[in-house]
Amino acid sequence: MNESKQLDSAKRGAAKLVLVVVGMFGFGFALVPLYDIICDVTGLNGKTSGKYVSEQSLKIDEERTVTIQFLANNNAGMPWEFRPVSRSLEVTPGELNATEFFVRNPAKSSITGQAVPSVTPFRAAKYLHKTECFCFEQQQLASGETLQMPLRFIIDSEMPKDITKLTLSYTLYDITEQVSGDLAAD
Amino acid sequence: MDKAKRCKWLIALSLLMSSSLAFADWSALNMRQGVTEISQEVYGLHMIMFWVCVVIGVLVFGTMIISMLMHRKSLGVKPATFHDNTTIEIAWTIVPIIILVVLAIPATTTLTKMYDTGDTEMDIEVRGLQWKWQYTYLNDDPSKEISFISSMITPQEEIYNRAPKRENYLLDVDNELVIPIDTRIRFLITSGDVIHSWWVPDFALKKDAIPGFIHELWTIVDTPGTYRGKCTELCGPYHGFMPVVVRAVEKDEYAAWLLEQQAEAEKVFEIVGKQWSEEELMVEGEEVYLRACASCHQVNGRGLPPAFPSLVGQGLAVGPIEDHIDIVLNGKPGSAMQSFSKQLNAAEIAAVITYERKSWGNQAESVQPKEIFEMLEAQ
Amino acid sequence: MSAVIEEHHHDDHHHGPAKGIMRWVFTTNHKDIGTLYLWFSFAMFLLGGSFALVIRAELFQPGLQIVEPEFFNQMTTMHGLIMVFGAVMPAFVGLANWLVPMMIGAPDMALPRMNNYSFWILPFAFTMLASTLLMEGGGPNFGWTFYAPLSTEQGPPSTTFFIFAVHLMGISSIMGSINVIVTILNLRAPGLTLMQMPLFVWTWLITAFLLIAVMPVLAGVVTMMLMDIHFGTAFFNAGGGGDPVLFQHVFWFFGHPEVYIMILPAFGVVSAIIPTFARKRLFGYASMVYATSSIAFLSFIVWAHHMFTVGMPLAGELYFMYATMLIAIPTGVKVFNWVATMWQGAMTFETPMLFAIAFVILFTIGGLSGLMLAIGPADFQYHDTYFVVAHFHYVLVPGSVFSIMAAVYYWLPKWTGNMYDEALGKLHFWLSFVGINVLFFPQHFVGLAGMPRRVPDYNLQFADYNMVSSVGAFLFGFSQLLFLFIVIKCVRGGVKATDQVWEGAHGLEWTIPSPAPYHTFTTPPDLKDISEAHG
Repeated sequence: MNESKQLDSAKRGAAKLVLVVVGMFGFGFALVPLYDIICDVTGLNGKTSGKYVSEQSLKIDEERTVTIQFLANNNAGMPWEFRPVSRSLEVTPGELNATEFFVRNPAKSSITGQAVPSVTPFRAAKYLHKTECFCFEQQQLASGETLQMPLRFIIDSEMPKDITKLTLSYTLYDITEQVSGDLAAD
Repeated sequence: MDKAKRCKWLIALSLLMSSSLAFADWSALNMRQGVTEISQEVYGLHMIMFWVCVVIGVLVFGTMIISMLMHRKSLGVKPATFHDNTTIEIAWTIVPIIILVVLAIPATTTLTKMYDTGDTEMDIEVRGLQWKWQYTYLNDDPSKEISFISSMITPQEEIYNRAPKRENYLLDVDNELVIPIDTRIRFLITSGDVIHSWWVPDFALKKDAIPGFIHELWTIVDTPGTYRGKCTELCGPYHGFMPVVVRAVEKDEYAAWLLEQQAEAEKVFEIVGKQWSEEELMVEGEEVYLRACASCHQVNGRGLPPAFPSLVGQGLAVGPIEDHIDIVLNGKPGSAMQSFSKQLNAAEIAAVITYERKSWGNQAESVQPKEIFEMLEAQ
Repeated sequence: MSAVIEEHHHDDHHHGPAKGIMRWVFTTNHKDIGTLYLWFSFAMFLLGGSFALVIRAELFQPGLQIVEPEFFNQMTTMHGLIMVFGAVMPAFVGLANWLVPMMIGAPDMALPRMNNYSFWILPFAFTMLASTLLMEGGGPNFGWTFYAPLSTEQGPPSTTFFIFAVHLMGISSIMGSINVIVTILNLRAPGLTLMQMPLFVWTWLITAFLLIAVMPVLAGVVTMMLMDIHFGTAFFNAGGGGDPVLFQHVFWFFGHPEVYIMILPAFGVVSAIIPTFARKRLFGYASMVYATSSIAFLSFIVWAHHMFTVGMPLAGELYFMYATMLIAIPTGVKVFNWVATMWQGAMTFETPMLFAIAFVILFTIGGLSGLMLAIGPADFQYHDTYFVVAHFHYVLVPGSVFSIMAAVYYWLPKWTGNMYDEALGKLHFWLSFVGINVLFFPQHFVGLAGMPRRVPDYNLQFADYNMVSSVGAFLFGFSQLLFLFIVIKCVRGGVKATDQVWEGAHGLEWTIPSPAPYHTFTTPPDLKDISEAHG
């Protein structure tokens, strides 16, 4: 009698633990959006956020200027020529700035590219507001095609004063296959 | 201020302790002290930690050994019956906490210094690629920007034990990263494929190079010299063959080196960067062909088949240009066709390929030096 | 071998084990399953060890002599995976199966059928994993930590089988842990409270909770890999909006508790053995329980100390440094407690005690180098060098593995009814002890001097120490054949063991006959002297 009661409660306990297991499996996946949120809030890993829409105009800090440096690199297998039109800009925090990146597809076929931004120092990432960026969308270039890709950004005047120089790096990925895979899947 | 002072004191103490053991050849067994202020501090931290661990070890193991010698049944002892003691248990919880807090102070100071993001005098991009490093000295004037690949030059014969191994076995590269001393330099670390890790032990710099991400490090090197490190993140089969070599030189020596490199870069930039007309390519191409190709493929392009294939109206010279470029750049394994990517510059390669595709009645498309240059860069 | 093991059960009561191979296939008996786990893990220990010997043979001298770099990477990867998931974890599950019911006065594990499944998944999982070495493109070659994008974008075709194998091991561990938890919580003999349980039961209870918390996360991360490889998702590919660093965060969220999964039961084993041979009660039982729980809790909040060089903001770096340093406190409490248990005891030094003492000393060395590694700025110099290799091998080999060996020697007379050969046991101990230190101690030095881990070749200045290390590896490796011989000899016969076996042994498992009958505690034991139960 007592024994079967024990077994019943053991089975109930096991069922609860299975729920914990399922929950933890879900938690593993929940870490993905959770990580993105943490990155957004803390600038962990130098991730910049998406398109910036300002409710009110930002305060301009005339007192100082900040140097922003641009890097452009290709990931393995990406044949495009990719470079910033200017290597660096001296900007006033709070003001809107614009620059361009040049791309050319020297390959014989059309290629779709996706640029991935990253900022260092990480602390600066959340103060870099991009109002327009080619990294928000994919680019498709036909063979031999060139493009001047725009970037418009504001450095927040709230950015800590000890950051005098930041680097915005773009890595260009060839995502032709993934895009065509998506189309096939549709 | 006070913290910094205490930290220095601790370092001095640890240096003293380590020097008292100088009779042992520590350098081969221990962390390198290095040649930057930070690397010295890190070494100091390491030695403090080491001695703290030694002291803890001596106390714990000493107690155990005494116990093992005295409290053995064979000596006829009767076992005691105590099995807890709140006072002593609280003590050995609190004392380690105090020790840890004391250790955390200098560690925090040093870490904060490492994360200092103040102004730097020069910026170098370090890009990990399977299995080499690309260094770019960033410059606002693109024509003055220097960029090169640094890969290991230890020959296969040494690796496979067919030749004696030389002093810097696995630690020699074709192009060293040259930097000036007493200059605050920022390294921007990234990768073009998988994760690598750029490590120079003498600067106490190590940072993962992650595709799609940029990280930064800074250093000021005190002493001229050649400093060697390695890739420290598994990045595929040749992970072990990806050394980092940095040569720190006096400022004027660096300036001279820089001018030389920039002159070369400017030349290449000019030659390669401009759009070449077909006539220019053909003139240059004929010259290169006669110099580098004609001895096998013959002046008339007909070669000496089967050893040296004909280039006229058949094969690679009129086939897809990618294949043609590939064989000139990389050679054909198992044949006499060697790689020309190191022997000829981008302009010469473009010219000779164009020449081969448009001579002797061939009518295939041409290629610009710039395209070849990019392919060489990407290699 | 099965025939041999059957022998000692012939005098069981009427519903004894079935005969022949089917006994083992269909068994739901906790002792049979424990035996299966232990033999399986020993087989994996030899397999993983032979991979380690390939590594050490290649590293015996600078230059490439025996294997190509590509195969070398497969060896390091498979060595890690097989030792962690195939040798250490199943060995502890085997010990739990044998001992937990006997220590808490339960007739068997709570869910015997599931117990059978959770074992029999393992041979399939590891056959699949090991067979990847024979597949085209070779086995996994990206390290046991399988960092993306190396594993997702450049892994061999067999990566898919690796993923399924990890899934299977995960399911096995999870089922095993659920069983341990419900057994401990529901089947304790009446009157046996949690705070009266032997520490081995406590540490396993905590370990089981860690396992069900993190094995699903591991399953999650390999599932994401699978989807990235085959279904076009981009969890870890920056080009598709993913993040390779995310992989490391998720992996180490599993990986750090995993480290404690492999050491907490070892604490339990040592906490049983030292009091027995010191003939003195365990010092600070309650603080041992609290320390173990704190270590388990801390294991969830320190994972990024494996990632100091990955580029974190200063605040993150500091947080993980401080949190990691905290682990030293409960760990220190445990070590001090063991030393205090020995203090003023009346010690004898039979083989289990030798392994347990070596465990305390060498695990402490590994713990101290761990404390050094916790210091962020210094870790930049240590990270991914042989210093780290030395550190975690000190914790895992003379740590976990020595504790398993100690456990086997300690409980073998109870399991088989025969004493093992003490002289050979001591010989095995000394060969292992010398071998392990010759093997791993020099690795501290080459690591500090700058030798990265996972390299098939190294600069000339590291040659001497690598040679010494390789000699130690072969000494340690081949000594384990002696262990195999001793165990087989003991199973086949020997001096009959008494029920208590060891003079100072206390606890329910020592109140039953030796060898332990096929069924024990079918009626709950009388706990009149329960204070002795956690002796």
